[in-house]
Amino acid sequence: MSGLLINLDNSFRERLWKNLVIAIPYLWLLLFFLTPFLIVLKISLADPIIAQPPFTPFFQETVDGSFSIYATFDNFLYLFQDSLYFVTYLSSVKLAFISTFFALIIGYPIAYGIARSPQPTRNILLLMIVIPFWISFLLRVYAWMGILKTKGLLNGFLLWIGIIDQPLDLLYTDTAVYIGMIYSYLPFMILPLYANLEKLDIRLLEAASDLGAKRWQVFKDVTLPLSLPGIIAGSLLVFIPSIGEYVIPALLGGADTLMIGRVLFDEFFLNRDWPVASAVAIVLVLLLVLPIVYFQKRQSQESMQNSSQAVT
Amino acid sequence: MLNKRSKFIFSMLCFGFAFLYIPIALVVIYSFNDSKLVTIWGGWTLKWYVELFNNENILNAALLSFRIAAITATFATIFGTMAGLILARLKQFRGRMLFTGMIASPLVMPEVITGLSLLLLFVSLQDLIGWPSQRGMNTITIAHITFSMAYVAVIIQSRLTEINESLEEAAMDLGAKPARVIWDITLPIIFPAMISGWLLSFTLSLDDLVISSFVSGPGSTTLPMLIFSKVRLGVAPDINALATILIAIVTIGVCIAAAIINKKNKN
Repeated sequence: MSGLLINLDNSFRERLWKNLVIAIPYLWLLLFFLTPFLIVLKISLADPIIAQPPFTPFFQETVDGSFSIYATFDNFLYLFQDSLYFVTYLSSVKLAFISTFFALIIGYPIAYGIARSPQPTRNILLLMIVIPFWISFLLRVYAWMGILKTKGLLNGFLLWIGIIDQPLDLLYTDTAVYIGMIYSYLPFMILPLYANLEKLDIRLLEAASDLGAKRWQVFKDVTLPLSLPGIIAGSLLVFIPSIGEYVIPALLGGADTLMIGRVLFDEFFLNRDWPVASAVAIVLVLLLVLPIVYFQKRQSQESMQNSSQAVT
Repeated sequence: MLNKRSKFIFSMLCFGFAFLYIPIALVVIYSFNDSKLVTIWGGWTLKWYVELFNNENILNAALLSFRIAAITATFATIFGTMAGLILARLKQFRGRMLFTGMIASPLVMPEVITGLSLLLLFVSLQDLIGWPSQRGMNTITIAHITFSMAYVAVIIQSRLTEINESLEEAAMDLGAKPARVIWDITLPIIFPAMISGWLLSFTLSLDDLVISSFVSGPGSTTLPMLIFSKVRLGVAPDINALATILIAIVTIGVCIAAAIINKKNKN
């Protein structure tokens, strides 16, 4: 009898513990991740006013004491009417796309080289890819300012060896932004590529060359297709943070470097237009959701294809 | 004798590592430069380090940043470990889909959006319930915990899916209660992952500029905010010195961690 009671007591306490472990992170994320996002959505539907806070309330009290909802799509219409925003979205996608492309071109041979290195060297090289990732992002971007300045180290070096006879304008241009993005996000490209290339079965490459394939053909027809998941993962890890990037265009870009993260920041802090900043944020999220969902779908399809091929 | 392809790969490796390390090396070298003109070499000096340690603004900002990072890392590790356990071991409960989404989203959310949305939440809360009465260390810490715990959760989850559940099942079969199994079996196994989670959260918090800029208030300037406002105007020699110190700490830390892991693997 008493044993049963203790058992009941125990299971009650176990359940309590289990629910507590679920509840704490769940409630935290509901309050500090989901709710803020819904508030952004709400404010993107408000009108800006000069007040504190500077937007119209969502629920408005009418004369008879009941509440009505006030929502407007003006901010979104404004984003599409004012060509600045459209151009900025396009320019962000372009900058992120080109940076991703170059990070892939530079990162692939590096990841391949590390994956083909003998064991002790491989771990050291891998560690050397990881270290910059732990060093402050801001400081790594800052490091390029001294290099790219008109009287900076790169111009000094190029003038000294005589390639150019006049300093190049590098800092505060799109070129500087590309360099900063490729530099900052290169480890994100190399690590998933390495993880993929490391697992590659060497026997497949040997079989291909035994059957008469040239080196280039082995790479094009075996290595490259098999490393596609790594290419997609790495590209996503570079492309997604690049689109909303603020620090790199703010430090290395010029006044005409249009990136959506920077426009949002300025809209909020300089113009104090909270509703338009919120609308910019919502459109940016929509812009990111589409590629993420598309790529995830593609990847899961691929893994299903792979497993069905393995069966047959 | 290297063949053509090996030569290409080798030169790409050299180029890649030069690309990654030359900018960092230059910052370190020029932090010892005895010249106000930042990119012209004027001999060796330690004066920027002296200046750095006499600059109260920088020291205060560094202290604030380290305090925020320590608190953030601790809470993010606790919450993130809970979340990772849930994701890896509880296959079914009500609202699992939403939970998975809320853990994965902060990883891909642009910082400007996380910052903006949290600021708008704090402003709305202040309107509704009067809390937080002012923005500063508390709001920055909450923001940092929120995005850091997602990283910890992913680390813990991937570690837990790697290890076999059979140990835990065996303990359960022998009559151990679930709470005891987690405490005596699961936690010791994922302890190294929790340490990496703590270190990652600490670094993420210490580095964050954008989100802190949104949710901070007057009088609470973190180290990245101070650095950013300075370097916006151009290259500064005392920032080179500060960067060198931070780079040295990180490099030594990562190398020690790698050495420990290496030794463990050999054992």
